[in-house]
Amino acid sequence: MPANSVIRIASLLLCLLGTAAQAQNPAPGPGLSSDVPTIVINEGRASALPITVVPFAFEAAGAPGDTDVGDVVRMDLARSGKFRTLDKKDVVEFPSRGGDIKFPTWNLLKQTYIVVGRMSDAEGGAMRVEFELFDVPKQERLLGLAITGQRSDLRGVGHQIADLIYEKIIGVRGAFWTRIAYVTASGVSPNINYALMVADSDGYNPQVLVRSREPLLSPAWSPDGKKLAYVSFERGDSAIYLQEIATGSRQVLSNKKGINGAPAFSPDGSKLALTLSYLGNPDIFIMDLASRETQRITNHFSIDTEAQWMPDGQTLVFTSDRSGKPQLYQVSAAGGDATRLTFQGEYNARPSVSYDGKSFAMAQGTGNVYRIAVLDRSTGSGVMRSISPGSVDESPSFAPNGSMLLYAATDGPRGVLYAVSADGRVRQRLVLADGDVREPSWGPFRQR
Amino acid sequence: MNTSLRLAIAALLCVTAVGCAKKAVKQPPSSGGGTDSSSTAGGGTESGGYTRDSLNTDSCLRQRVIYFDLDRTEIKSEFQAQIACHSKFIRQFPDFAVTLEGNADERGSREYNLGLGERRGNAVQSALSSAGAPGNQLNVVSYGEERPTCKDHSEDCWSKNRRVEIVYTKN
Repeated sequence: MPANSVIRIASLLLCLLGTAAQAQNPAPGPGLSSDVPTIVINEGRASALPITVVPFAFEAAGAPGDTDVGDVVRMDLARSGKFRTLDKKDVVEFPSRGGDIKFPTWNLLKQTYIVVGRMSDAEGGAMRVEFELFDVPKQERLLGLAITGQRSDLRGVGHQIADLIYEKIIGVRGAFWTRIAYVTASGVSPNINYALMVADSDGYNPQVLVRSREPLLSPAWSPDGKKLAYVSFERGDSAIYLQEIATGSRQVLSNKKGINGAPAFSPDGSKLALTLSYLGNPDIFIMDLASRETQRITNHFSIDTEAQWMPDGQTLVFTSDRSGKPQLYQVSAAGGDATRLTFQGEYNARPSVSYDGKSFAMAQGTGNVYRIAVLDRSTGSGVMRSISPGSVDESPSFAPNGSMLLYAATDGPRGVLYAVSADGRVRQRLVLADGDVREPSWGPFRQR
Repeated sequence: MNTSLRLAIAALLCVTAVGCAKKAVKQPPSSGGGTDSSSTAGGGTESGGYTRDSLNTDSCLRQRVIYFDLDRTEIKSEFQAQIACHSKFIRQFPDFAVTLEGNADERGSREYNLGLGERRGNAVQSALSSAGAPGNQLNVVSYGEERPTCKDHSEDCWSKNRRVEIVYTKN
């Protein structure tokens, strides 16, 4: 879809041009269709690092394809919130090798980093993409690598390059070369078609994994990224399914009476936390995936649900309304007493735990406004900060490196997904489908 | 009532039961008469007994949605009459199963709202039971916020979605 790509890139440029005007204003500017991805800058980005990604030179046989790897890298770095990328139109010189870079030019443009690259033919019709990252003031090469990929997977190559650049500069592994799962709903009641989808982290390359005439929700990734557990109502009531992404083969994990919900794989992939209500009301259980035996973890007359594992696999964080309204609690994965985790906000639910176990994202409600909030417990008792504008925001899901989150929001009657930097400063709407989009779940790192 | 009409009703019931084993009987076959004596066994002899067709004709039984206040599961007094008439009908016709579909508004998380919908379904179930409906005819399914009747972000719409729907299924 070349025309589409051009529009997308153009809209990004427009949007970045309009940055000053858009500060504090989440709505896309006039003339921008709501169907193009826009990056919204919420606050000044004083701490964002200036970086130029020069369009990669095409030195292979034949015509360049639809994918400009440099664009993929630039978009990834921009939406991370850690970088301020130079607009493509402001790129005045086009070096493709380190030796061709005229550093005074980029110093003049106040750039701290520059990325140059080139694409050439590799064996078997593949493409070899070489790139170099330089520190502009020091005129020092920080990275110089080549990645070979199929022509059909140049976006994947771009994401891997963005990951390497991110890791070199920020010191944290990049999470652009990852996948996301989400649910779409299209049609008008009672003829709604639901689909469980898997796509690249930026929303490209969407694939249908499951189609259903009944609601689907709560997709959860296995730690190896090969399977998804999810809830489907196709049997009339909720049931939890386990499905292999590559083959599509699936099995029912739980279809007890009442609610079968909120699946979450343990960090080692051997267990599944889930919510079951067959004993009278929703409680947290843990299923051993080898034996399929379940063990009850919470036992309370309140609604206990939405368990997530702490990274050490020893503790669960979950939602409970045992104090009246929903709040987050934690409990040992062996059971026992739960302790309350959140005290700020009337309503806190649907936790997502960062990879280091120090940050907890949640849907936070105050009155009729529901926003995504992050509780940072890296220092003492913790600091709560909201990172989305509301008013019907839900289902936060951390990227595997904790740098960004996905969440679900609404645009009129329609559900949409946003990617937001963990500090809330940079937000991008993902364009994934014409229908209703919800229930995002960010997958694990992929194996290179 | 003539025999051919009875046969037609029986055929319709069979089609319903076979063709869609667990589908709701939203529109039970209407019969012209109100004197179907075969269905009055088992509790139907008390005064003011219903016929099967009362589901379509009785103004109380035609009300099959119970609405709830925000975050609440109590059944408001305005719905007590509805609870009473449905309990009576369910007790009178043991061959009807009733699914209580619990729903929540869109606010907050989907899984928590599944719990909230179930809690509302359970509240209606226990109210029906207290009023005399046999528990083995009642089943609760929660759809959480997955089946809204409207999709505006307003209290007017939310109040329509916080509901339990009483759905009759013919066994």
